[in-house]
Amino acid sequence: MSSLVINDLSCQRGYNQLFSNLSFQVNVGEVLHITGTNGSGKTSLLKILAGVSAREHGEISWNQHSVKSEEYRQEVFYLGHQAALSGELSSLENLEFLSALNKSTDQQQLIQALGDIGLKGYKDEYCANLSAGQKRRVILAGLFVSKAKIWLLDEPFTALDPTGVKIVESRIEKHCNNGGLCLFTTHQDSALANQRVLAL
Amino acid sequence: MNIYLQTLKRDLRVALRNPSSVLNPLLFFIISVSLFPLAISPEAAVLSQIAAGIIWVASMLAVLLSLNALFHHDFENGILEQMITSHHSLPLLILSKIFAHWLLTGIPIILLSPLLGLFLFLDDEGIKILMITLLLATPSLSLIGSIGASLVVGIKNSGMLLSLLILPLYIPILIFASSAVSQAQFGLTIDGQLYFLAMFLVLSLISAPFVSAIALKISLE
Repeated sequence: MSSLVINDLSCQRGYNQLFSNLSFQVNVGEVLHITGTNGSGKTSLLKILAGVSAREHGEISWNQHSVKSEEYRQEVFYLGHQAALSGELSSLENLEFLSALNKSTDQQQLIQALGDIGLKGYKDEYCANLSAGQKRRVILAGLFVSKAKIWLLDEPFTALDPTGVKIVESRIEKHCNNGGLCLFTTHQDSALANQRVLAL
Repeated sequence: MNIYLQTLKRDLRVALRNPSSVLNPLLFFIISVSLFPLAISPEAAVLSQIAAGIIWVASMLAVLLSLNALFHHDFENGILEQMITSHHSLPLLILSKIFAHWLLTGIPIILLSPLLGLFLFLDDEGIKILMITLLLATPSLSLIGSIGASLVVGIKNSGMLLSLLILPLYIPILIFASSAVSQAQFGLTIDGQLYFLAMFLVLSLISAPFVSAIALKISLE
């Protein structure tokens, strides 16, 4: 069975040791909720797992593939704090580029995904004219059509209304039932069943 | 569609929908060149001698002015993060962005140069050589500039730092390109200068995308 194995990971930012000797394993089908106070290193952990930040020391492997390997990067979708959208482009154009950066998806699926997340009729709207929650929904639509197995979601519920939160939670559950895994951070209570909690 | 072509298309589209970012450096180019005859002398003999130098310095500064926009917006809205985490080659994605930058600044500068050459009484032969040197060297300006832009991407008000980093690397191009034009005006051969500019282009083409990729990764950490 595929699993993401983290062994003896340490991270330092400035003069602060955020975490050290962190070891855990997430199997396919599992949801890991990373909790911790502000500045405890939740975002740093996800960035290290996404390959954006360098680690101080430690091992990360996915089926014996390292973070830098193409096999690993193909399987990862990282959702950061920022929206990853250009205001000058429409939601659909942004989504097309985003999905091409991962593994491309055809246009019909993208339009369908925008509709599913409650943005029907907004596909040609410039992202500069969308609200914070709507921008979040655009990139979440990109997440839902991606074929990546490992979802790394940094505060996915920010700016979303309760219906939006429910949609995201149900999609995370569906993803895990279909052979994916998900690591996410949030300060809100999440109603996800079968989630494990990692406190930093 | 290929992701690298899509990156190019995306950058062009963003720039065309926000034209001031493209037009500002070009207007700067035109205005700064057209001020020289007023300040120095309107005489043809004087101007034609210094025309190549003026146009080259102005185009270099115009490119420098446009460099800040190369990675800045993508850094702010998190698209660079997505590019780094993607499984596609980061140096090639950067090369697409550099190509888009050249299409938006280098090509208009090349197209405007004959007109500005005429303003400054440059003869036909001089204008031809000026365009050839610009065609050979403006891609190098974008390529080398991308290294500087990627190093300062997270820093606020980085204009001065960027000039300090990049201008020394531009100096050889400036020397060889402007001397090619002035030597051509005297009927001398300019093969050496053109070969040097071509060498510089090849060198920056094979190194700049990789160096920029490393610098971007460091900046985003």
